[in-house]
Amino acid sequence: MKGVSALGREPLPLNGIRITDFSWALAGPLCTQLLGAMGAEVIKIETSKRLDALRGAEPFADGVPGPNRSGRFNNLNLCKKGCTLDLTKPEAVELVNGLIKLSDVVIENFAFGVMARLGLGHETVLKIRPDLIYVSSSGLGAAGPKKHHVAFGNTVHAFSGLTALTGYYQGPPRGIGGTFSDPLTGITAAFAILAALHHRADTGLGQFVDLSMAEATLAQLPEAVMDYTMNGRVRGCEGNRDGSMAPHNTYPTRGEDEWVCIAVSSEEEWKSLCRAMGSPSWAAEDKFSDMFRRLQHQDELDSLIGEWTSSFSSREITDMLQKAGVPAGPSSNLEQFVTDPHLRARGYLFELDHPEAGRRTVSGLPWKLSHCPEPAYWPAPMLGEHNGYVFQELLGLAGDRVAELTASGVIC
Amino acid sequence: MGQQALSNLTVIDLGDFVSAPYCAKLLADMGAKVIKIEDPHGGDSARRSGPFLGDVPNPERSGLFLYLNTNKVGITLNVKSRTGLNILKDLLKTADILVENGPPGKMRQLGLDYHTLWTFNPRLIMTSITPFGQTGPYRDYKSADLISFHMGGRGYTTPPQVQDITRDRPLKAGGRQADFLAGLTGATATMIAVMARRLTGRGQHVDVSEQEVVGMLMQSTTPLYTYAGRIVKRSEMVLAGAVALIPCKDGYVCLEPMLDHQWQALAEVMGNPQWAVGEMCRGRPARTRNWDAILDLMAQWAAVHTMEEISGAAQAKRVPGMPVNTVKDLLYSDQLLARGFFADIDHRATGLLRYPGSPYAFSGMSRDLVHPAPMLGQHNEEVLCGQLGWPKQELAALRRAGIV
Repeated sequence: MKGVSALGREPLPLNGIRITDFSWALAGPLCTQLLGAMGAEVIKIETSKRLDALRGAEPFADGVPGPNRSGRFNNLNLCKKGCTLDLTKPEAVELVNGLIKLSDVVIENFAFGVMARLGLGHETVLKIRPDLIYVSSSGLGAAGPKKHHVAFGNTVHAFSGLTALTGYYQGPPRGIGGTFSDPLTGITAAFAILAALHHRADTGLGQFVDLSMAEATLAQLPEAVMDYTMNGRVRGCEGNRDGSMAPHNTYPTRGEDEWVCIAVSSEEEWKSLCRAMGSPSWAAEDKFSDMFRRLQHQDELDSLIGEWTSSFSSREITDMLQKAGVPAGPSSNLEQFVTDPHLRARGYLFELDHPEAGRRTVSGLPWKLSHCPEPAYWPAPMLGEHNGYVFQELLGLAGDRVAELTASGVIC
Repeated sequence: MGQQALSNLTVIDLGDFVSAPYCAKLLADMGAKVIKIEDPHGGDSARRSGPFLGDVPNPERSGLFLYLNTNKVGITLNVKSRTGLNILKDLLKTADILVENGPPGKMRQLGLDYHTLWTFNPRLIMTSITPFGQTGPYRDYKSADLISFHMGGRGYTTPPQVQDITRDRPLKAGGRQADFLAGLTGATATMIAVMARRLTGRGQHVDVSEQEVVGMLMQSTTPLYTYAGRIVKRSEMVLAGAVALIPCKDGYVCLEPMLDHQWQALAEVMGNPQWAVGEMCRGRPARTRNWDAILDLMAQWAAVHTMEEISGAAQAKRVPGMPVNTVKDLLYSDQLLARGFFADIDHRATGLLRYPGSPYAFSGMSRDLVHPAPMLGQHNEEVLCGQLGWPKQELAALRRAGIV
């Protein structure tokens, strides 16, 4: 694939880049999905002996379990080719080394040491391909006294400092309700790979990139870190508060468990908010008369605003306040998010057919390029779907050799 | 040690506050030459946002600003004046990348819309980071980190497992995660455009929506709706049987004994008490049902142990468990220190301070962040006279005219 993609379209930015993708679960797969959608050829190495954790995760299409029916897997593996190999067998490692020789990038996010035990550690592989970009991502990174520590997402949130800052104001740490550091690390990996590819194009040099999910998260918490290094202050949970904005919170609306955000950053926005609320007498009270006072009395302010918002839907409040120039928007639940008319209008959310899971809403790239063809999205690979392409076309094995390797459980 | 990865790229940073400046910082920390352009009256608004050294507001002593602008060169320029605009255009003629985060339409007002820029530098990549992108019904909506985080869908179920759904409102994450994610994604999309330029020889306009960026966090969550038709609530025990966030002797720990063998190993760590090996905990479904009671019992055990003791013992048996670190814990973390994560940077207005470092370590490059953030207008002479060739006496005139 040089210059022009398989469909004969104008090239996508990463056409000609091949990625051997050992990653599983969340972080690595998001990274390679972003790069795959931009034209890289991503070859996902899997095994039916130990499925990608997401292939076994609910929910499944029509509630029927099956490796090709998991919504989570299917959402995070668009634009990839998939093959199956049992890497505990030496022949499989040999095959995968052949594939790495044809690749520009290797990415993995196993626990520390797994790749080295398979004979696929970066020291070994970079000897075969010195211009390779090899990315390892794990909870705490590939070096340091705690490199062996195992983690899932919530454990990383805890280590990184994010959990200690997420919860109701001055309350105990509660943490984020859902994934955060995994996808954040995936995007970080994508940026690191692109920077390394750019560097390689100019210098011919490969790179080992050591990624720690905890560090990727902590790099986004500078205010808390610097408040300690500057002032010795240990910040705790912030709720929805902001040091220089009030009102700044989520407020109840007419709907059951339906909430709307309002964030006021200036006197002008405050005045507009007051007018939109019908200029209630409490809003003119001295204790709300400037930002300093509103910040000091924000609990009371929040409950008064909450009484007003409770009579409307989040959509009505958003329309009213945005028209008045006040930043506001719903705290979208899954349905509001998946049906968000703006995300639909921009083509961020769209429908995609999957051969087993059917037609489902998926999300595309969070950026648009003015002079680049639309990415050609295709569904996540079925388990072993591209074995023929990988083993015969790319690696040049004869059909009977593939049958042999399948019979002996190397391809499986 | 080789050269930095992006040392042949020149970036003009017209950004303000967090998202675009963070994008430009990521490029700068990788070696790109970034010229930050600030308004002569007050500069970047991050300069007015804390934390401040000694809690005294000072535009040169904002921790947020100092972190977001490492390794950049800084000039002041009133781009609303004709002369200021021409100076900016001169800088853009030889730049590779322009990063900005003004509301959609602002660049056009300045006469700097992408098609105009293209006429004098067709290789220029312009990256625009906005709350909702350059198109669509919400493009002109005003936002803030709070709103972007919630409209991206991640706030509604935060925090998990609340008791009273009418009292316990949805929360954003700590810090400014939507803004920072938008900066990181902006840098990623910018590098995609740099790769595209290698194929086509031309630049392009990169449109990054902060709401969509947060939406990326949702890709493993949306199937609950798109496959199962469910709307997950904060009150649901989604972490039951899997995640234990419990108080201990000196703080909190987070343990994730999701699988049966992990639970058995954790029971061993706790000394195999009767409850942990009995019916109540046998199999994940039983643990899920009894999770509240189990958490209480775990907390009783944890109360006499420290975060490090508990996470160390759990890790020794391969159970995912880590302390709920505060920033103080992090600054003394043996793991982070051994990896050289933090950067010590000496800035003229603050002296030596410790900053968070780069979120990756490249084998062939130094991890150090070398240069402190610029003082307001610090590099005016270097850029205007040294690079663009303005005579020094005219720089004085530009200053008097309020252009720099």
